[in-house]
Amino acid sequence: MTDITSLPPETGPSFNLPGKDIAVAGQWRLFWLKFKKHRIALASLVVIVFMYLVAVFADFIAPVDPNATNARFTYAPPQGLSLLLDGSFRPHVNQLKMTLNTESMRREFVADPTKPVSVGFFVKAPQPYHLLGLIPMETKLFGLTNPQVGDSLYIFGADRLGRDIFSRVVHGAQISLSIGLVGVFMSLILGVTIGGVSGFFGGWADLAIQRFIELLRSIPTIPLWMGLAAAIPVGWPPLRTYFVITLIVSLIGWTSLAREVRGKFLSLRNEDFVIAARLDGMSEIGIIFNHLVPSFMSHIIATLTLAIPSMILAETALSFLGIGLQPPIISWGVLLQEAQNIRAVAQAPWLLFTPAAAIIISVLSLNFLGDGLRDAADPYESVS
Amino acid sequence: MLRYILKRLLFAIPTLFAVSIIAFIIIQLPPGDYLTTLMADWASQGGAVEAGTVAAMRERYGLDQPLYFQYYKWIWGILTAGDFGISFELGKPVTELIWNRLGFSLLLSLLTLCFVWAIAIPIGILSAVRQYSISDYTATFLAFFFLAVPDFLMALSAMYVMSAWFGQSVGGLFSPDYVDAGWSFGKLVDFARHVWLPVVVIGLGSLAALVRIMRANLLDELSKPYVTTARAKGMSELELLIRYPVRLALNPLISTLGWILPAVISGEIIVSVVMSLPTTGPLLLRALLTQDMYLAGSLILLISVLTIIGTLISDILLALTDPRIRFQ
Repeated sequence: MTDITSLPPETGPSFNLPGKDIAVAGQWRLFWLKFKKHRIALASLVVIVFMYLVAVFADFIAPVDPNATNARFTYAPPQGLSLLLDGSFRPHVNQLKMTLNTESMRREFVADPTKPVSVGFFVKAPQPYHLLGLIPMETKLFGLTNPQVGDSLYIFGADRLGRDIFSRVVHGAQISLSIGLVGVFMSLILGVTIGGVSGFFGGWADLAIQRFIELLRSIPTIPLWMGLAAAIPVGWPPLRTYFVITLIVSLIGWTSLAREVRGKFLSLRNEDFVIAARLDGMSEIGIIFNHLVPSFMSHIIATLTLAIPSMILAETALSFLGIGLQPPIISWGVLLQEAQNIRAVAQAPWLLFTPAAAIIISVLSLNFLGDGLRDAADPYESVS
Repeated sequence: MLRYILKRLLFAIPTLFAVSIIAFIIIQLPPGDYLTTLMADWASQGGAVEAGTVAAMRERYGLDQPLYFQYYKWIWGILTAGDFGISFELGKPVTELIWNRLGFSLLLSLLTLCFVWAIAIPIGILSAVRQYSISDYTATFLAFFFLAVPDFLMALSAMYVMSAWFGQSVGGLFSPDYVDAGWSFGKLVDFARHVWLPVVVIGLGSLAALVRIMRANLLDELSKPYVTTARAKGMSELELLIRYPVRLALNPLISTLGWILPAVISGEIIVSVVMSLPTTGPLLLRALLTQDMYLAGSLILLISVLTIIGTLISDILLALTDPRIRFQ
């Protein structure tokens, strides 16, 4: 997985604007104009915003408590949600009927079309809750309107303890997607500082830092991460584990950013506008933050976006192996722990495919988005 | 050329040294030393520990000494006697446990590399020659898709599909009949029937990136004047393609070996855990989970060293094929 989540750049589409407009358009406007041309990236941006919104409003969207167990419905299959009943709009699921397969001694569920269970939007929550731990709420986006004993709502199935997979995946988004953001923030600080030092000062500092980066990148990441993650004591509080895991996965991410920043510093430090600022008596720090950083900000954003998916994948891999985040924390990797052995997957494929779909959609969209941003980051290239 | 190789070899030494320090740090990270863990283990099994044994082991690993001295003892043992220490969980010297598995890891990685290259180059050429065709778009989409699927997910899905749709059980590198048998033609066939699935699963992630690189390189070459010249001279399209632009486009591809190799080895480890292959992956995971740190540290060290050697070989290969690099 070493830096393999980024693909080589492609020649981006050029755009037509009246010459006068283009000449006076600012950096960010050019950026946006070019980005807009990349349809898939634009669509991905919408998907990503949607997924982060789901993560933020997870408590509201998930119909039930992700940790609520129900012994009656272990490994219940997904219940198809249908919107129409007898030709009119009445969203419902069919009640699950349990039978015991005497041959395999397993419980099997059959949907019973004669017993529709009505589903409503903006229903009263089973228990009052706090959205984001702050705002007291009593409404859920959707849920059973009139829950009776024996009714259930598992639109993506249930796991071995009868917990709702949909609610768990929605809650898992909070951890899995935020690890990418927090990790990228740490990479940003490390990458810009170290890459900046390397590029701006050059000389032996540059040499040492470049050798160090090469070293880090030549070690296969998974064994290194495994070794570091396994050293986290089991008894640590979840929040601390979360931060250390984030730190471990950002350990690799910063190197590509540092290289990018260094390259930009090297190519920009003798540009006319930098020399002009220096002749004006501006301090080196002032030049860096007032002139250099803004001029390659768009590149940094593109590189950062491309770094998020690799961090999500790293967390998922570690948690899946059982050395990353641990239950009771819910992340997509933790959910996949349930799918670790193939017999469980064969019995309940939704254990594997629901979290997997969430991971693939988010990583795919982030990659497309990053690709579009990277193409757009050089707005002047295709104009000239 | 010899000068270049010597220079690269010299550069590799500090890298190897640094990797050994990282592996040693990983050994040291868990709280307590190995003997504390061992004592607790023995005590829990009701075994009495002789004070003399403990003292001898402390002496042997230099546990009462400062850290740099412990590192020195550890690395000196490896370099001079090939002594990687003892696996506390399995009660055997680490060397007895790892070589066989390391061999399979290496074999699996090499097979994957061959597979990836053999597939990526033709697809990349096709994508570039038929740019913006349906096959190009399909290849691009699949490339992005396989980049987004984590290795272990691919392994699980492949196993699910094989068992649910084809009724085949997958896992391991051999059928039960052949596991302990000596090498024979039958065993080789059995091996081939098992090994293709992990090879494909590990390879797909890297395949995507390679196809894209090959495509981009070839597209750069195809628009150059020498291609037009050759075409004007009446050269057949296929001969022209294979003779000039493809050869030039392959060069940068060799340099990707430096990062494809770590990626393949990472993938191999995690896929092996899922598919329970007899390689380093499952052993490393178990060693880490049971805090069998000598075993884990040695595995991480050897895996990294192998990767660095692989990168070194790829650098030398690149210099062999591209004179611009060795005369820099």
